[in-house]
This record gives sequence, C-alpha cells and structure tokens, in this order.
Amino acid sequence: MPRPKTYNTEGVVLKHMRLGEADRIITLYTPDRGKVRAVVKGARRAKSRKGGFLQPLTHVRVSIAEGRSLDQVVEAETVASFRALREDLGLVSTGMYLADLVDGFSADGAVNPAEFRLLVDALGGLESAERPEQLACYFETRMLGIAGFGPELRQCVDCGEELSAGDHVFSRAAGGLVCPECRSRTDGALIHVSMNAIKVLRFFQRTDFPQALHLPLTDRLIQDLRRVLGNYITYVLEREPRSAEFMHLVSSG
Amino acid sequence: MNNPEPYPSSDPVGKLVEELHRLPGIGPKSAQRLAYHLIRMGDEHSRALADAILAVKQRIILCSACANITEADPCRLCQDSARDRSRICVVEEPMDVPALERTGAYTGLYHVLHGAISPMNGIRPEDLKIASLLERLKGSEVTEVILATNPNLEGEATSMYLHGLISPLGIKVTRPARGLPVGGDLEYADEVTLGRALEGRQEF
Repeated sequence: MPRPKTYNTEGVVLKHMRLGEADRIITLYTPDRGKVRAVVKGARRAKSRKGGFLQPLTHVRVSIAEGRSLDQVVEAETVASFRALREDLGLVSTGMYLADLVDGFSADGAVNPAEFRLLVDALGGLESAERPEQLACYFETRMLGIAGFGPELRQCVDCGEELSAGDHVFSRAAGGLVCPECRSRTDGALIHVSMNAIKVLRFFQRTDFPQALHLPLTDRLIQDLRRVLGNYITYVLEREPRSAEFMHLVSSG
Repeated sequence: MNNPEPYPSSDPVGKLVEELHRLPGIGPKSAQRLAYHLIRMGDEHSRALADAILAVKQRIILCSACANITEADPCRLCQDSARDRSRICVVEEPMDVPALERTGAYTGLYHVLHGAISPMNGIRPEDLKIASLLERLKGSEVTEVILATNPNLEGEATSMYLHGLISPLGIKVTRPARGLPVGGDLEYADEVTLGRALEGRQEF
C-alpha cells in the first residue's frame, strides 16, 4: 500500500462529533485550506495523546494524513489553548457562537485567511473581554464584511443617496439601510436602527482589534446592535445559529 | 448498469442486514457477516438473543430519582440504604456510573443527565435531566454535588451551567480533579491538562 500523503497546517477547532467507540471527527478552520474535517483516533480515551489538544476553540498545529474518505490527524500541538475561555460560562458560550458563525459562513473548500485571522483574534480577545456581547457584535459585523455580506450603512441601498444623520431602517433582503423616501417602496421586513447603533456599526467596519473593544457602549446600545445583526445573520444563513440561543440564555441569566 | 441490491430489504435476510447496519460501528460488510452468523446460529441462541433485546426494550426504564437506566424504580443504587445520601455525583451518560463504581472510591448517589450542553449540535439545557436534578436537591439532605461531566468543552460548559444553578441552593459543588492520566507520559500531555495538574498538585 502506498504511504498516505500527509500535510501540515494550523487551524482552530470549530466543533467535534463522536465517531465509533472512542474516536472523534473534528472540524478545523484553517487559513490555507478552509474547513477541514478529520478523524482523531482514540480521542475520547483518557490517555489519548491528541484528544486534549483538539478540543473545540483551540488553535492548533496539526499533521493530517489524507485518507480515501476521511482524513486523519496524525499529530497535534497547541498554538493557543484560550484557557480562560473554558473557565467562564459567558465566555465559552460566546466562543461557541463565534465558532458556529464561522462554520455557518464558510462553505466547504472556500479559503479565507482573513476569516481565520478574525477568529483567532476574537478568541484571544475574548479571554480578557469584559463585555463578551460587544465582542460578539464586532465579530458579527466583521464576519459579514469578510463573507461578502457587509451591510451598506452610508448610502441608501435603493436610490444610492447619501444618508442623513439620524435613525434609519435596515432591509435584510437588500443588506443595508434604506432612506425615508425609498422606505415605502421597499418590500420585506425592515428593522429600525438608531443613529448611535449606525455609528457604532460604521466604527466596527473600519476598526481593528482591540480598539473596537475599547469603545464604551451602553447595554441598551448593545441590545440594539444584537437585534439588527442577529436578525440579518439569521436572514443570510437562512437559520438562526443554533448556539445563539444558549449564549443569550447565559448572558441574560 | 447498476449492480442489483444483493438483498432487497423486502426479504428476511435483507431486512436483518438493514437492521444490523443501523447499529453504531456496523458497516454494510459487517452487517452481512453478522447476518450470516445469525442464520447459522442454533435456534436456541437466536431466540435468546431476540428475547434479550426485547426484554431490554420492555423492561428497562429510567429511575425516577436519578434517571439512570434500571429495571426497578427506584434503581438498585437509589434503594441501597448503605449509600451516602448526602452526596450526588452528576454524570453525562448511564455508562459513566459503572465506570465510577469500579473505582470503589465513591459511595454516594448519582444523577444521569443523558448528555451535555452542546449548542452547536442543538443540545440545550432543557434537553437534559437538569430540572429533575434541581427538584431532587430542593429540601433534600444533600450537602455536596460532584459534577463529573466529561472534561471536554461541552462537559465543562454543562458543569459551569449547573454550578450556577446549584450553588445558590447552599449546596457545596465540587468536581473531580483534572490531571495526568496514570500510565501516560508527561511530554504528551496537552497544556490545559498539564496546567491544571500543576495547579492541583498535592504535598507528598
């Protein structure tokens, strides 16, 4: 039998699933190959050499052997374990949501190093985040942009006119704000967005980590952002990310 | 031309192969091999197997106290008067109970959650036996709850979630130590395990 081809890559473990008696299948998000699924033999055994390295929400370097149907992880070492995430329910539920979003937005085989970078930065930032909700909103805004669904926040998506300062409505179907004149002609659900929320979203679009997290936001404003972004993401993905419910449950409890 | 199905699911052999194929870890080839074995097996044995499967399905229920699988309600462990009723050890699956029993280091009661919170796989807190655990704790003589969920992301999240619900009841909440597996090599331990093992070090 010819030796299987192996390749080395790095990635963040997005999720894992049980397979057979003691194995797992992990979904890894890599900068150079996009989403990669691979079997980790014996990962569920207490003495597994790899199981501990390949928990979801860890950044790892791996060697993977190509298989006929499924690839297999041969070796793994940690780049960052984001340990603080694992010790706080609010942080871990947010981390799971970020991973779920990356999983939802990335098609199999699509390579997007910017998305990988965003995820690694966000998980690192989350470890010391005082307001995980704010970080989640920032992540959502940037993720939408990177995935090609960045909301249009400066001009009316219908007529193209520059928007005046003030509250506006957001059209999910058109992916942006609609001016008062075009509003009556716009089909579909429209979401009200306050002027301050629009300003924050614009700021998020052009600001990098960690400055975006230093902006002091009121709870009310974060609620506003969550509503618009959550609604739009559900529309784009055609489902509410499953981990969103748990994150909301934890943050409200 | 497509290969004809060797055993259409309408005939008895095909039906058996199909049913065996549903079992975890059984591929199509293994299913066929098992089916042939069953065909060659004596009447007595095949009847015993069929009866055993039916008996499990008909007689096994969940214990109304600890939610472990049992034939009698309450289960053997919950009925045992020699067990320490001031401690409850919370585990994810029924299979975790015999694993802990084999240690001989625990004499309290159990509570089986039947899973762990896994938002990405759609498993929410309300899908687990959490409400019945809280009900069981209220006004009970329990003074300690040991959260022995699996030491992975979902298990830890479940433990943190339960800790938030149980500690307001004034009950001590503990969890098994994280550390190095017996027989393993230090160099192969991951950072999180090794870090926690160092933090939990004990005097010689």
